[in-house]
Amino acid sequence: MPTADDQPMVRFREVTKRYGDLVVLDQLDLDVAANEKVAIIGPSGSGKTTVLRMLMTLERIDGGVIEVDGEALTHTSRNGELVPADEGHLRRVRGKIGMVFQHFNLFPHMTALQNCMEAPVHVLGLSKDEARTRAEELLAMVGLADKKDQYPARLSGGQQQRVAIARALAMRPKVMLFDEVTSALDPELVGEVLNVIRRLGAEHNLTMLMVTHQMGFAREFADRVCFFYAGKIAEQGAPEQLFSDPQSERTRQFLAAVLEAG
Amino acid sequence: MPRDGSFSYRHLWICALLSFIAGLVVASFAGFRQFLPPLLEGAWVTVQITVAACALAVACGLLAGLGKMSPWAPVRWLAITYIEVFRGTSALVQLFWLFFVLPHFGITLDPIPVAILALGLNVGAYGAEVVRGAILAVPRGQYEASIALNMSPLTRMRRIILPQAIVAMIPPWGNLFIELLKATALVSLITVGDLTFRAYQLNQATLQTVQIFLLVLSMYLGIALVITYLMRGLERRMTLGRA
Amino acid sequence: MQLFDWQFALEILPTLARAAVVTIEATFLGFAIAAVLGLVLAILRRSQNPWISSAAGGFVEFIRSTPVLIQIFFVFFVFPQFGIVIPAFTAGVMALGLHYASYCSEVYRAGLDAIPRGQWEAARALNLSPYRTYYGVIIPQAVPPVVPALGNYLIGMFKETPLLSAIAVVELMQTAKIIGSETFRYLEPITMVGAFFLVMSLISAVGVRQLEAWLHSRRG
Repeated sequence: MPTADDQPMVRFREVTKRYGDLVVLDQLDLDVAANEKVAIIGPSGSGKTTVLRMLMTLERIDGGVIEVDGEALTHTSRNGELVPADEGHLRRVRGKIGMVFQHFNLFPHMTALQNCMEAPVHVLGLSKDEARTRAEELLAMVGLADKKDQYPARLSGGQQQRVAIARALAMRPKVMLFDEVTSALDPELVGEVLNVIRRLGAEHNLTMLMVTHQMGFAREFADRVCFFYAGKIAEQGAPEQLFSDPQSERTRQFLAAVLEAG
Repeated sequence: MPRDGSFSYRHLWICALLSFIAGLVVASFAGFRQFLPPLLEGAWVTVQITVAACALAVACGLLAGLGKMSPWAPVRWLAITYIEVFRGTSALVQLFWLFFVLPHFGITLDPIPVAILALGLNVGAYGAEVVRGAILAVPRGQYEASIALNMSPLTRMRRIILPQAIVAMIPPWGNLFIELLKATALVSLITVGDLTFRAYQLNQATLQTVQIFLLVLSMYLGIALVITYLMRGLERRMTLGRA
Repeated sequence: MQLFDWQFALEILPTLARAAVVTIEATFLGFAIAAVLGLVLAILRRSQNPWISSAAGGFVEFIRSTPVLIQIFFVFFVFPQFGIVIPAFTAGVMALGLHYASYCSEVYRAGLDAIPRGQWEAARALNLSPYRTYYGVIIPQAVPPVVPALGNYLIGMFKETPLLSAIAVVELMQTAKIIGSETFRYLEPITMVGAFFLVMSLISAVGVRQLEAWLHSRRG
């Protein structure tokens, strides 16, 4: 359960994103409390992945402000005015966020262990030994201690994704983003990744945002589910309520279509 | 390989072997042994120039390739100018320009440094496109993962992008190195005593045109094969265990 | 030492212009040889007879992988040995043509390989002779896509004509060197020659791209 806090860990305030004429996110307002697990569902093109990508600074914001842990992500406050932040501020705030991608994006020229050590050494400035210890712990946590010296090409999709999770965790983020992390996996490999995410949620203090098509998992794991449609949150609420008794017609249609697909 | 006609390495090797034996027979009648020492001296000069110019070419290629992708306009324009000028004129023109014209500006260089400079700059211009292509071919996901891990652009390029790009670059660079080897023949025209120069001299002296030049062509081919094997070995070492 | 003597440059312009004609003649003649011989070599390479195929393939690789300058010397010096006297221009053009024929043969090979097997089979089913198969069916389909690549080799050959100065063919580079040795001013003639090649190269690069676009639009 999310701990009561006076400040949301992540806040989107009237955030807009455009690609040319196409409005992908339309004045989005979204608050995520610390340690809250939010599942984001919706049809493709509804803007759900864009939400994560903007938070991870992979896309620029066209309007509005994103705040992380009380600070604006891409702006700083000067004389009460919001001005675009410099690189130093951006990197400091971005350091609190980690992301796991649909296509893993592991570094192919490094072993699993090296993948997890790379950023702690070269970004956080940890010594090789400290980084190695941390990486080995994390790989053990995701169940891949015995694969630490393997290159990604030798690992299955599920294993690669678990390494990717360990790699992101090595940076000790406060917020973890999961962008359809099981969509590229063969069905029999999905479970091992979801198990790791479950463990993460149970054992660590992490705010988690997950874009997912795994409705069963979202229902059981998330504290809140947001249904996105056409760049806005069409409906949100506790999973039991949204899945069994959706208020909006669109939500109903989407859930029905997803159930049909099985 | 049905589409390749009926090309077979076996038949090729038989043809090559027969030609080689025929060549030996002809050569033994023609004072073959007197050719080898000067030709080998020339070959050594050729190899030295090739190695030095290849090193220069890689340096220029990296600088110009990265420069062309730089966010600063003056750097980009400098790179583009270099690339277009050295690709738009042939190696011989560049060689002669540097050899005949530099003294006018008070820069007198020996022929060998001129040769290395001209060939290195020439092939470097083509190498720039190889570098650029390889860097652009690194998947977008690698950039995004690096951003997600909060890496600085320099760290990202140094640790993630370049190592992957360099492996992809090796085969095209191998081809460019062979082009450079072929181009070293030109330095004989600015009085450098390379393999071609020696061949020309021997030909003037003995008029055994067919034997000398066929032998020399085979020697160039031999050096080219060595380059190819070295590059393949390099590629294999860099991808050890990876795939 | 003053930088660039424009007066002098203008004086030697006519001489260089005459030499440019020789350069252009050499290029087109050489390329004519390369384009035709290259196609022949490519077809031989695809022969069903393993001896022909391997010999053609080996020959192409040998020529492609060795310096063209040596090949020019070879052709120039070998004929007199057998009592045949040919002018330097002819020898040079033949050597360039042979060398570039090996490049063109690879280009044609790619074009021929890209023809679907069904075309060959249809021609066989219609009982077309090999000549008619190539002439009427295969070549009209194989050649247009590779014309841009051939165009690039035409430009390449053009830029390599200065090599003929090594056997004293009086084309642009040789003329520039003669002017230089007579007047001790190398800067202007060689720079002008370089500039000429650069401009022609840039123009033809644009031309080849236009050609590519035109061919693309025609074939729909």
